[in-house]
Amino acid sequence: MSAPAIPSERVTQAQAVMRRRWLRSRWGLAAPALVIIGLFGVLPLAIMVIYSFLEAGEYGGVVWNFSTEAYVSFLFQRDIFDGHLIFSPDYLIIFVRSILFAAATTVICLALGFPTAYFMATRPVHQRTLWVFLITLPFWSNLLVRTLAVMLIIRDEGLINDVLMGLGLIHAPIVMLYTDGAVLLGLLYSFLPFMVLPLYASLEKMDFRLVEAGFDLYATRGKVLRRIIVPLARPGIVAGCLLVFIPAIGAYVTPLVLGGGKHLMIGDLVALQFASSRNWPLGSAQALILMVGVLVALLFYVRSTTGKAQALHG
Amino acid sequence: MADIAAVEARGVTKIFGQGQDGVRALDDVSIAIRQNEFFTLLGPSGCGKTTLLRLIAGFEQPTSGEILLKGSPVEHLPPYRRAVNTVFQSYALFPHMTVAQNIAFGLEMRGSPKEKVQGVVEEMLALVKMTGLGGRRPAQLSGGQQQRVALARALANHPDVLLLDEPLSALDLKLRQEMRSELKNLQRRTGITFIFVTHDQEEALTMSDRIAVMSKGKIQQLGSPIGIYEQPVNRFVADFIGDTNFVEASVDGSAGEFVHCRAAGGLDFLANPTTNATAGAKVTLAIRPEKISLRMGGDAGTIAQTVYVGTDTNYEISLADGSRLTVRVQNAMDGRAQFAVGEKVGIEVPAGAARMLLD
Repeated sequence: MSAPAIPSERVTQAQAVMRRRWLRSRWGLAAPALVIIGLFGVLPLAIMVIYSFLEAGEYGGVVWNFSTEAYVSFLFQRDIFDGHLIFSPDYLIIFVRSILFAAATTVICLALGFPTAYFMATRPVHQRTLWVFLITLPFWSNLLVRTLAVMLIIRDEGLINDVLMGLGLIHAPIVMLYTDGAVLLGLLYSFLPFMVLPLYASLEKMDFRLVEAGFDLYATRGKVLRRIIVPLARPGIVAGCLLVFIPAIGAYVTPLVLGGGKHLMIGDLVALQFASSRNWPLGSAQALILMVGVLVALLFYVRSTTGKAQALHG
Repeated sequence: MADIAAVEARGVTKIFGQGQDGVRALDDVSIAIRQNEFFTLLGPSGCGKTTLLRLIAGFEQPTSGEILLKGSPVEHLPPYRRAVNTVFQSYALFPHMTVAQNIAFGLEMRGSPKEKVQGVVEEMLALVKMTGLGGRRPAQLSGGQQQRVALARALANHPDVLLLDEPLSALDLKLRQEMRSELKNLQRRTGITFIFVTHDQEEALTMSDRIAVMSKGKIQQLGSPIGIYEQPVNRFVADFIGDTNFVEASVDGSAGEFVHCRAAGGLDFLANPTTNATAGAKVTLAIRPEKISLRMGGDAGTIAQTVYVGTDTNYEISLADGSRLTVRVQNAMDGRAQFAVGEKVGIEVPAGAARMLLD
């Protein structure tokens, strides 16, 4: 308390200098990431936005004429003869299908992932690392390879059909590959860890004495789950659902391999525009519509949940 | 009704783990806790007191033996079917609910009508002096307030038995002392049986109707605070509660209602007899420091050290054979010590102040 007196203006000056240095160093620290995001995140996005408002080149690429044709053709088809617009829901159907697939994947992942995460979080501390390792194990090999492995298991001459026929339970193979079910199975398989890990993270932090307190206060198992465990695991549930839903809606490899090209999702549709259809503006427009759609849905979701959270914590 | 024990344990043993590694937390414990009683389980950490509490609450099942609530076995009842509530050491308040929602939780779970719940919540808030704070979150409360909410949440259900697991241990000294008398008052007013777990002897002595002193999974002694303090049955109880001089002595013979004992340091005692008091037997005597008085001009021992402790002074006396004896003497008005280091003093122990221990 008895430090030598320093004129207060000099103190504030020194503080201001330190503060400027500190701010500069923080920007310095963030610079590499900002450059990468700008160069490889924002710039491609900008190109996509621009391309979506241009005309398609005959052999791919774009012709630099402004056009909203890409967005119009998302919902309409032009009559070959007189050029008037006819409503055509083909792309829309694929979008809705994709959303349904992603939603189903999210819901089923949550239903499967929650008990798994709860099991992991209630193991003795030294065992938990092992369980987390096991959950992340699939990430150690390539998604395409794993998806092909799933294909080997469920195809007509695959493991399941071979075993069932060998046992004499069925006489003709059950068609599983190239169906909606196969796509869903593949999505579940690839995204389950993304649900389990955030759920585990929030359940692991939970104070299990609160569960005991719930039982002590006459709450049955179901009520403890609904009134105590789920509300406390909410951040994990939200994070898990986002981490599954968003990548699932844009999934490309899984529907391609397991759906056999008959059961397209948005990702495949977009890829198609850039490859065989050679309609870059349409591909760009479809990708943007998806992005904006997801973004708007997210904004609504986040606003509704943070509103609740603030009511909870305020 | 008063003759039916609120809680009874019959030959309860609890072993955690299996086989060789098994830890015997409770070892054949039998105890009956009366209705409307403030009962304390006192002991050092790891003595099994919290385990016994958890068995009563239903969080654990006994390895053998049985627990009875109001005379009926509860082995098959999960915690949420027992008319028992717990105040947890960590309070375990639900962080995502308000104070009022926390207090209402138990009643809601049992399906009480909304109006009734609201009334009880208000009543409980008033009871623990937290009126107007029902809308707060647990995180916005001080430790003492959280503790009151935990108490209110448990009491709101008006259980037959309230279990308190070291509820005061997280509070600072002043608050702890305040809460002691408040808890005792609450118990009297509500007439609920309190089972209080603590390792703090002062808490136990000041609040309890009866105390069970526990060690190594067994009940060492069961009795009133006065009984436990004045007549400890063994070395553990005498040592754990209060300060005690342990004196090795041999029995000389009986002298009326007392037993005459002779210690190595040349002191004679008229001790409280126990069953093993045959002549010539080696016994351990426990003598409270404040029961011994010092006399000027004697030669039983020399003052080796004086320690001023506010109201009293503790004198450490060096006896003829080199053993030590601690004596606590209340300070005079001016607070000055009555004896100085190196002074020779006489020692007087009233008849019955020395307590013969069973082991």
